[in-house]
Amino acid sequence: MNEMTPPKTERTAALKGLGTARKRVEDARFTQGKGNYVDDIKLPGMLFGDFVRSPYAHARIKSIDAEKAKALPGVIAVLTAADLAPLKLHWMPTLAGDVQMVLADGKVLFQGQEVAFVVAENRYIAADAVELVEVDYEELPVLVDPFKAEAPDAPVLREDLAGKSEGAHGPRRHHNHIFTWEQGDRDATEKVLASADVVAEEMVYYHRTHPCPLETCGCVASMDKVNGKLTVWGTFQAPHAVRTVASLISGIAEHNIRIISPDIGGGFGNKVGVYPGYICSIVASIVTGVPVKWVEDRMENLMATAFARDYWMKGRISATKDGRITGLWCHVTADHGAFDACADPTKFPAGFFNICTGSYDIPVAYLAVDGVYTNKAPGGVAYRCSFRVTEAAYFIERMIEVLAIKLGMDAAELRAKNFIRKDQFPYHSALGWEYDSGDYHTAWDKALKAVDYEGLRKEQAQRLEDFKAGKTRRLIGIGLTHFTEIVGAGPVKNCDILGLGMFDSCEIRIHPTGSAIARLGTISQGQGHATTFAQILASEIGIPADDITVEEGDTDTAPYGLGTYGSRSTPVAGAATAMAGRKIRAKAQMIAAYLLEVHDDDVEWDVDRFAVKGAPERFKTMKEIAFAAYNQAIPGIEPGLEAVSYYDPPNMTYPFGAYICVMEIDVDTGEHEVRQFYALDDCGTRINPMIIEGQVHGGATEGYAIAMGQEMAYDDMGNVKNATLMDFFLPTAWETPHYTTDFTVTPSPHHPIGAKGVGESPNVGSVPAFSNAVHDAFRSFGLTQTHMPHDHWRIWRTAHELGLHG
Amino acid sequence: MSKMHIKLTVNGKPVELLAEPRELLIHVLREELSITGPHIGCETTHCGACTIDMDGRSIKSCTVFAAQANGANVTTIEGLGTPDGLHVLQTMFKEHHGLQCGFCTPGMITRAYRLLQENPDPTEEEVRFGMSGNLCRCTGYQNIVKAILAAAAELNAVKEAAQ
Repeated sequence: MNEMTPPKTERTAALKGLGTARKRVEDARFTQGKGNYVDDIKLPGMLFGDFVRSPYAHARIKSIDAEKAKALPGVIAVLTAADLAPLKLHWMPTLAGDVQMVLADGKVLFQGQEVAFVVAENRYIAADAVELVEVDYEELPVLVDPFKAEAPDAPVLREDLAGKSEGAHGPRRHHNHIFTWEQGDRDATEKVLASADVVAEEMVYYHRTHPCPLETCGCVASMDKVNGKLTVWGTFQAPHAVRTVASLISGIAEHNIRIISPDIGGGFGNKVGVYPGYICSIVASIVTGVPVKWVEDRMENLMATAFARDYWMKGRISATKDGRITGLWCHVTADHGAFDACADPTKFPAGFFNICTGSYDIPVAYLAVDGVYTNKAPGGVAYRCSFRVTEAAYFIERMIEVLAIKLGMDAAELRAKNFIRKDQFPYHSALGWEYDSGDYHTAWDKALKAVDYEGLRKEQAQRLEDFKAGKTRRLIGIGLTHFTEIVGAGPVKNCDILGLGMFDSCEIRIHPTGSAIARLGTISQGQGHATTFAQILASEIGIPADDITVEEGDTDTAPYGLGTYGSRSTPVAGAATAMAGRKIRAKAQMIAAYLLEVHDDDVEWDVDRFAVKGAPERFKTMKEIAFAAYNQAIPGIEPGLEAVSYYDPPNMTYPFGAYICVMEIDVDTGEHEVRQFYALDDCGTRINPMIIEGQVHGGATEGYAIAMGQEMAYDDMGNVKNATLMDFFLPTAWETPHYTTDFTVTPSPHHPIGAKGVGESPNVGSVPAFSNAVHDAFRSFGLTQTHMPHDHWRIWRTAHELGLHG
Repeated sequence: MSKMHIKLTVNGKPVELLAEPRELLIHVLREELSITGPHIGCETTHCGACTIDMDGRSIKSCTVFAAQANGANVTTIEGLGTPDGLHVLQTMFKEHHGLQCGFCTPGMITRAYRLLQENPDPTEEEVRFGMSGNLCRCTGYQNIVKAILAAAAELNAVKEAAQ
């Protein structure tokens, strides 16, 4: 029997578990055009919804005349706020404790706002009817500058909040003020800054942009009046949360609502929120009794659905003469648009921006964030980022560069001098977080060596000499970044969204023949959960990943969870998967012991089986155990082999990384060329290296877009200037840089398998790397700070302002 | 609105249908013919998620009227391979992790199919340029390029072996 057992290594490899570059199981359907996205759903009698949207950024609605639209053959209904008001659905709660108009209630507050919802037999008739709805607007003064929001004579945007001096996050001091959020020790920080050797001060702007997944948002709502059951298929990153919210606001019992997230064509935070289109489709289906589909087009998506960033971050950072950082002060003016629809845990109105001390041991710090209303679209979602971590990383990584300039010091050396040391973990930051683990110096040294940092600086100096001698018009910029993320929200004690604790879940059923299905509370939007969660489980329960189906996204079958965003799937649902697997294994151990006629403690786990201690030739494989679990009466043990785990993480996880970008800049045209991009990520235990690398490529490309050209721009009238893909920058294969990926492994001490999550690290880390490269190219000409996005024109302008055009 | 009688070939099968003159080919494919592989990402010809092959050219079907496809020979992702006989591009996209959310993938592969007809042995630069009409938000293109180059090599090896 012994010689029949393949060696451990062979059996481990057969599982395709942790650490395997397993090919994705999702790809068969996607490569053959057999994905099933929301817009692919076609139900009998299905109607189409489309919005009448506001052309104005701020206007009073004097009247809406839908008669002509209603008269058009094929039009079933036109809904306005007046129709939704009796149901109390003309307003809806946002994720940030604010409320938002579903359909314009008396006025509009941003361009593209939803005014009326047309329901028609097909999308063409719906579009025709939208044109026929006559809305009489009276224009109001427009507020687009967040720094003017709190002027005494600033226009009143939110008339519904008149007299409300208390918001969801504390006192409001002005009609356009949403909240002030303070962290850290103000007095101690001011004191340190006042007496510091060196203080660098800068305004760092992380501009407004948009996640822009390739698939826009949409849904199909279907009210089955016979059974009283509402089913909604939609682009939902958090299907269970949508079910609970839908139940609370509609009054339909939660068991009568079924939310299904089918395949999702990218999310990046854009699909976390609840949007008016969902509510209107549900109401329309209830009213008409037939399914109603709504899918926004790209312009609607860019104009109205969940922008990201828009943080004006004023910073002061102090240090000793020799470059030891002593304190950090930050004030943020946060432009939230017309409604505060930030996707943040309730207690964190500025998300986890208080991770802004970054990778550095900064003894004292203070942070204040002021959120204000403007006449722009609502949102403030985490665009491939864990709740404002991207803004925080950009802020600190710019401040480090600015400080290095002030100190006349090399920015790599300044970072190394101030990193939190390996022996300081777990590390308590001045702004309140407990970093779980890290080894920054090792990662940093590896990165610098990999790119030959010294050699690059020499080449840069030579290029500068050549430039000054008139031999070249191209400069070299070296963009450094060492970022620390905070992901995996999160512990229920301090993380909830609308009161829903941010745990996550996994339920496993082992089939009698030894294969399995696992269901989770998360939902993949391209991350490859069906591949990677099966790998976690394979290593835990010894069933090959190929024999495990992973299913997500159907609230009637999946256990309750808070969904996928903020890099939380691996840290939270991944942990739940491992824990549920361990429950399976515990029961399997009892079954194996019974079958082997020994005591439970006398068997031990061996890759894919339990064997008698000291007698490895006596064993029962998981396949045998599974069969016995269903088909053999075992005294004292219930039949079946299933488990469920709801995992409440004890802490966040703190992935980190070192990114270096080498960029050539043509000072005459403002064009750039990314010559090299090196990305070292430490995401703890690595589940699937192939998928990690893919995540890094994709996240860094989003970062490249944001840093080098992508923005949501408004004119003074509040008109969106770039709401098509002609103007909104999404890089093609032609512009996109080539990436070199690398890694170190510092497991999370509190996660069952030591994993930390990686999806968002490359967006968080690459934006400052690209931006720092641009700044670095001009450092010797006196540039300290210029705002993103660094498109060709802005780079040209920087060169021009620095006198480089002669 | 009066409808037009349109005849075309889709994935090798003759199709006849009635469509309004203004109806876009992508809508007819997806909604009338239930060919949902090609997707709608922008409706302004920028993203390429709707890419199909029409009479030997890559076409963005979101900005072509169905009527313009009258008499045409159309191939979509559904026509490139079968579950038992995948096109080498389909295999290589999986092999080299050339996709994540999958939304751009049908258009991407359909475009790559035509690119390799036009240029069977492209350089990396030629692939990047030739694919620049198709946007992907997930992969950063690096593995897409790798997959297409690998497919080209495989197709060329098969061709050489046959000669």
